[in-house]
Amino acid sequence: MNNWKVLFNGILKENPIFTLLLGMCPTLGVTSSAINGLGMGLATTFVLVMSNLVVALIKDFIPDKVRIPAFIVVIATFVTIVEMTMQAYLPALFNSLGLFIPLIVVNCIVLGRAEAFASKNTAISSIFDGLGMGLGFSLALTLLGSIRELLGSGKLFNSSIYPSDYGMLIFVLAPGAFIALGFLIAIINKLKKTA
Amino acid sequence: MTLILIVISAIFVNNIVLSQFLGICPFLGVSKRISTAIGMTGAVTFVMILATTITYLLQKLILDPFHVGYLQTISFILVIAALVQMVEIILKKVSPPLYQALGVFLPLITTNCALLGVAIMTVQKGFNLVEGVVFAASIAAGFGLALIIFAGIREQLDLVDLPKGMKGTPIALLVAGLLAMAFMGFSGIV
Repeated sequence: MNNWKVLFNGILKENPIFTLLLGMCPTLGVTSSAINGLGMGLATTFVLVMSNLVVALIKDFIPDKVRIPAFIVVIATFVTIVEMTMQAYLPALFNSLGLFIPLIVVNCIVLGRAEAFASKNTAISSIFDGLGMGLGFSLALTLLGSIRELLGSGKLFNSSIYPSDYGMLIFVLAPGAFIALGFLIAIINKLKKTA
Repeated sequence: MTLILIVISAIFVNNIVLSQFLGICPFLGVSKRISTAIGMTGAVTFVMILATTITYLLQKLILDPFHVGYLQTISFILVIAALVQMVEIILKKVSPPLYQALGVFLPLITTNCALLGVAIMTVQKGFNLVEGVVFAASIAAGFGLALIIFAGIREQLDLVDLPKGMKGTPIALLVAGLLAMAFMGFSGIV
């Protein structure tokens, strides 16, 4: 398959959040602001690209029976790299994402792409797949984060749009995450049906 | 007294699903019927208590003395994955009825982020072993409570006439949002 097609496949047509409904925990947990959503998205993108690449390179050496544990070790290695790098250079973001950084390991998207794509394709197209899925994930997280931040506190990427007194606090809190994502998926379902 | 606080906080105030956002995948995935929700709760409770105990000992006896804390993520997830496999094999041999009830849910649990989340949280919060086990059991109870209530609502939802775009996941997420709002009422107790 054409690499560019693989790339855009992940961003739009098979967007992991809106159509595959994978990786819901970080989607809901870290999107209280746009910047958190973007940070989480990019961290996951890095892990996706690197683990897809390594899995594609070593797929011929791994016995079929132990491939899942082997994939998990590869993924956990890159998650640890992200974790330590973020702690050193972006401590503020690291603190606000908190527990969700080590939990990238159990993000179904990462293991799902390693198993479904990288273990069957070449290294180059696996990189494109990881990049596409990662960007699709980042896009979804940033969109949801922007909506919640805008409705909840009247800001967008930390710059004020309207006075925060008019913000609906509920959107920054836990229930708002579920409600905003629910409406977002409903709108996308509607658009897909009419398109 | 601290134990009671841990229990109430883990079940109601900081409910794992509705306020911490962990374990959303099984929460949305196996909540279509009450019976499967109960089975999943059983499996999660069982594995969560075991996994928290073992990862706690791993942290205190191996990672801390050798100063290799950065191996936490890798070692914990491997232990959990191995544990789930082992529980599945042992259960199949020792107690076939229990395996019948929980079996199908066990493979799904490896990717349940609540499990790894609770293991890491237990270490981060500096609990001792007893507190850790109580914490894991209460988190599992909170997960079960949210899951079973949610499954009950979703069974009724099948009968409701909805706009086309809202069917399935969107309405389930809205219901979860309302449920989360209800659980917010507990905040401030502890």
